Amino acid sequence: MKKNKGIIFTGLVIGLISVLLVKFGNPANMGFCIACFIRDTAGALGLHRAEAVQYVRPEIIGIVIGAFLMSIAGKEFKVRGGSAPLTRFVLGFFVMIGALMFLGCPLRMILRLAGGDLNAIFGILGFAGGIFVGVLFLNKGFSLRRTYELPKLEGIIMPSVTVVLFILLVAFPSLLLFSEKGPGASHAPIYFSLIDGLIVGVLAQKNKLCCAGGIRDVIMFKDFHLISGFLAIFIAALVGNLLLGQFKLGFVDQPIAHTDGLWNFLGMGLVGFASVLLGGCPLRQLILSAEGNIDSAITVLGLVFGAAFAHNFNLASSAQGPTLNGKVAVVIGFIVVFLIGYFNIEKSTEVEIKEGVEIEI
Amino acid sequence: MLRLKFKVVDARGRSCPEPVLMTKNAIKDNSNVQVLVDSNVAKENVTRFAINSGYKVEVKEEKDSYILTLTK
Repeated sequence: MKKNKGIIFTGLVIGLISVLLVKFGNPANMGFCIACFIRDTAGALGLHRAEAVQYVRPEIIGIVIGAFLMSIAGKEFKVRGGSAPLTRFVLGFFVMIGALMFLGCPLRMILRLAGGDLNAIFGILGFAGGIFVGVLFLNKGFSLRRTYELPKLEGIIMPSVTVVLFILLVAFPSLLLFSEKGPGASHAPIYFSLIDGLIVGVLAQKNKLCCAGGIRDVIMFKDFHLISGFLAIFIAALVGNLLLGQFKLGFVDQPIAHTDGLWNFLGMGLVGFASVLLGGCPLRQLILSAEGNIDSAITVLGLVFGAAFAHNFNLASSAQGPTLNGKVAVVIGFIVVFLIGYFNIEKSTEVEIKEGVEIEI
Repeated sequence: MLRLKFKVVDARGRSCPEPVLMTKNAIKDNSNVQVLVDSNVAKENVTRFAINSGYKVEVKEEKDSYILTLTK
């Protein structure tokens, strides 16, 4: 229990902050949503023209900067990459397609449930199912191969980009697109969002919080360390929502959600499957991208591209439900991720293991 | 000084959860294992897994990597 303290604390703080962000203006059950916020940011830059979801979310900027600073302070900032980057881009793309089918990343999924949105149950079942399938591939020897050291500058680029975004947001907002109504128009004050992002970035980097890793580790290693953080988010957000009157139990008329159980299940199934092959959920990818992991930075770009694509081609669901295009895209996603899984199974998993080496201790 | 036979697992550069999985495969037959990793998160994960599996873990830091020595 003692060794899980840090991650439980992180989870509790994220849960509480999420509830407060909603109180101060973020869309309901969306204190944090990495997929939605990346999508909104892509919209603000005009990468898609869905007018309801355009805003540079300072939470994303805060998470990246917080994780960047914490990784330097903890001597964990290390610039590396080269582990199948384009494959990771494609996996990131389909994580976003799945998330926008469900309407939320794994973090928002848990926040939706904590707000009483029972549709999230189908999402969680799908997510766990997707992770289970991913674990089968890992156990068969799936690997995107190793990373190598890269020049320091590579690792500085991602945090720098977010600083530029923040400067644009506060000093040159006329260059950006902003929603006048819809979820993109609902947001907490800029600095409140930024500070909350910073706190989450620092804590999640330090304690390696990952929503996909939690369920994966339970299935693979019967290790409950990571999932304890995931559960802590739920408990803190649930209590916070109840105290602030933000809890509404039921399936229908839930905020920024639809009631199509099958596609909620399949959407998050795709997110779980692809996230396990990537080694982490969207939040974890964002954190890793800030601490010098260039493959994760490429994954984040895949998320951005997927978000823009989803809205330009009418793949994203709405409160009215999923679209036909979105359903086709999720099915294609499963096929592509399956192929990526199959063709990356290392034939000889023993390749990195040497037997019978004599060592003096 | 004690000389023991070890399996050596090179998990440097591998992303989560591969170092743990490689360790899991290596300790299946209860042998002593030495694991090389190059990130703090892999060090923590492998250590946690090894201790949960009843191993003693000794960590040595070397330049850019960690050498984890797992013995029963």
